[in-house]
Amino acid sequence: MQRSLTFNIFRHNPQDPASVPHMDTYKLDETDSMTLFIALHRLREEQDPSLKFDFCCRAGVCGSCAMVINGRPGLACHTKTRDLPDTITLLPLPVFKLVGDLAVDTGTWFRAMYQRTESWIHTRAEFDPAAQEARMENEVANAIYELDRCIECGCCVAACGTANLRSDFLAPAGFIRVARFAADPRDQRTDADFYEIIGSDEGIFGCMGLLACEDVCPKHLPLQTQLGYLRRKMGLTVLKRLLPFGG
Amino acid sequence: MQIIHTDLLTIGAGLAGERCAIEVAGAGFSVVCLSLVPARRSHSVAAQGGMQAALGNAIMGDGDSPDVHFLDTVKGSDWGADQEVARMFVEAAPIEMRRLAHWGVPWNRVVAGTHTYWKGGKPFEATEKAENHGLIHSRAFGGTAKWRTCYASDGAGHAVLYTMDNRAAQLGVTVHDRSEAVSLIHDGETCHGAIVRCLRTGELRAYLARATLVASGGYGRIYRASTNAIICEGTGLSLALDTGVAKLGNMEAVQFHPTGTVPTDILVTEGCRGDGGTLLDRDEYRFMPDYEPDKAELASRDVVSRRMIEHMRTGKGVQSPYGEHLWLDIRHLGEQHIRTKLREVDEICQNFLGIDPLHQLIPVRPTQHYSMGGVRTDKTGAAYGLKGLFSAGESACWDLHGFNRLGGNSLAETVVAGGIVGRNIAEFLQGYDTAFSTAHVREAAARDDARIRRIVSGADGKESVYAVREAMYDILERAAYVFRNGTDLTWGVQALQEVHERAQHIGLASDGVGANAELALAIRMPGMVRLALCVCFGALMRTESRGSHTREDFPERNDRDWLNRTLASWRPGADLPHLEYEPATSYVELPPGDRGYGGGKIIPAAS
Repeated sequence: MQRSLTFNIFRHNPQDPASVPHMDTYKLDETDSMTLFIALHRLREEQDPSLKFDFCCRAGVCGSCAMVINGRPGLACHTKTRDLPDTITLLPLPVFKLVGDLAVDTGTWFRAMYQRTESWIHTRAEFDPAAQEARMENEVANAIYELDRCIECGCCVAACGTANLRSDFLAPAGFIRVARFAADPRDQRTDADFYEIIGSDEGIFGCMGLLACEDVCPKHLPLQTQLGYLRRKMGLTVLKRLLPFGG
Repeated sequence: MQIIHTDLLTIGAGLAGERCAIEVAGAGFSVVCLSLVPARRSHSVAAQGGMQAALGNAIMGDGDSPDVHFLDTVKGSDWGADQEVARMFVEAAPIEMRRLAHWGVPWNRVVAGTHTYWKGGKPFEATEKAENHGLIHSRAFGGTAKWRTCYASDGAGHAVLYTMDNRAAQLGVTVHDRSEAVSLIHDGETCHGAIVRCLRTGELRAYLARATLVASGGYGRIYRASTNAIICEGTGLSLALDTGVAKLGNMEAVQFHPTGTVPTDILVTEGCRGDGGTLLDRDEYRFMPDYEPDKAELASRDVVSRRMIEHMRTGKGVQSPYGEHLWLDIRHLGEQHIRTKLREVDEICQNFLGIDPLHQLIPVRPTQHYSMGGVRTDKTGAAYGLKGLFSAGESACWDLHGFNRLGGNSLAETVVAGGIVGRNIAEFLQGYDTAFSTAHVREAAARDDARIRRIVSGADGKESVYAVREAMYDILERAAYVFRNGTDLTWGVQALQEVHERAQHIGLASDGVGANAELALAIRMPGMVRLALCVCFGALMRTESRGSHTREDFPERNDRDWLNRTLASWRPGADLPHLEYEPATSYVELPPGDRGYGGGKIIPAAS
């Protein structure tokens, strides 16, 4: 049975002074294996070429197409319409600056996060092109990869209560980045160094524990486990500072 | 209009662009990278398999060396590669993998002891050496004598791109995302940067640069069914072609991947077959060993794609509402393997196809995958025809891949070529001064601005950009796909010329204000059709079969007449590219011979 789908889509073009935020409604006949990638492109090409949204890889690996789908942040490219009711409401992610309609500026937000977390390996070792690579246990490599799987889609940021309340919050995507480098033996930063980045209310102590971040992560990253781990680690760092005989 | 000055401007911020940028920034120069999307969303991120480098740590790579890698690469290219470039590449690749490890890439590592691996659908045991424990491991990929592909689970592209962008951030490399170059600023001899359109606001900016790098990836999206990200529309190549002096090499050399999924064309990695996945027909019969007894599913990509089409033509394809396809079977690899080592594949099947590869077969068919053709450069990465213009990665024809590139060689090329070309650009900048003419900048910007205004207002007509694109898709699908012939190609060239004329009369249906996708595509569209013409016309003129270029009417590889590289340029006002040819390689280590797979006759070069 072919369904007729109704799309309610948020519309606003910040570049057009006459534009007023509003919702537009479109109808589309559902086809087999239809995803929001297929549906939105059909709407743009067949009904309204001014419709703005972002896709890139359309395969769930680049993180471009996050939006709020029937109230829940998610990747549009891997959302199948058969899993949704007849009426589909699409909104842009909150927290990020609006580019237009469903497109938001995640690039600027994430670049600021890299600078804040210093999202790179800190080492005094120089690369020696003539030397064999430093050895690493395969389990360690796999553990780093697990934490490095974030695709920076912004779903966890959009779903985060604190990030919606305060713009300076590092948010789950920032914490998992710190956890990734904390787990990497090549990074010579100490717990005290990481404390400088995340040991504040803008950092891990600002989390209200609502757990939405992990619920919406399309990569099923262990965001809450890592947050708990970082909190314990940072708590110990504080204790060590307070105690005269601490480390 | 805002004018931005920089030493190096890169058009594209994927692996090749950022690797160059890091080298140049590390030498103390200023760099701005342009990107259509945030840098980490570049198409490099989608590469699942890995990078080829002859480290020889894994037991199945024991005895590997750059020499063996060189032989695989040149054979894979069907002798179309520049052998001097291939030699530089294979020597530098192991060092580059170690450098990436130093920068933070979590490569999988050798675990000493006995492990079960898969080859050709059968498990076998092999014992990793204790002395190599903890060194970079490698896996099998098609067309290679040794297991040589460095990998990070099955997200090598992701892991390396994130590490690369981290490194770029550390060095203060500036990335201007949502920015698209629309023309190069040049005087016919020297390139001075680019006119760039902001994809947030639609405003034009000028970037004046002493060196400009095209690192914009491939042109796969001139085809309807492509595994490429939707941004891979060959924009950087179009800009170079539009200068009238830069040349594009081997545009007819387009690779088709055997395992694009149906219906969304999402690639499942060759690692599936490397690890033991098999191809089945409608009777669930494994047919590849009948065609390729030795390599079976692990023959090089062009061979597997061709054999699949050949087999479907015998009526053994699976019929579906989305057209004919075959099956990829990985069920026997087991839950642990599929859910961890092939997790991205597992996710693609579950999320995009709604099937579980542990219990179900995956629908696959050959799909456009890689662009061997690109901006022709010399071995240093300098473009033919324009001083100060460089290219690296998939957008370049350097030319490592000739008429067919091996899996794992392209991702490796991005970083190896990026490093080499980056060092050459830094050297170039060291002693180089140029003068920027404000008149050239003003004229270039005024020309682009006028063209955009005419598209928005519909001054030249009301052709729908989407209809023009559909017409181009239809033609390429019939004339310039896996199999080609003179009749279809002759028709294709003529039909594309008509589409090119239509592309001059595109007018918008929307207002074109702000981040408007219809306008962005309309600006690109005539250039995309010109690239399609380079593919189709180059394929028509090349009356032989070599690598991925397969002519049904000329099945032999003809070394007597065609051991050369096509160079296409576009003269102002022309309706066809101008084609000329140069020898495939001036440095010969490995004389032309039989690849050992793929079959087909060879007409030898006259001695």
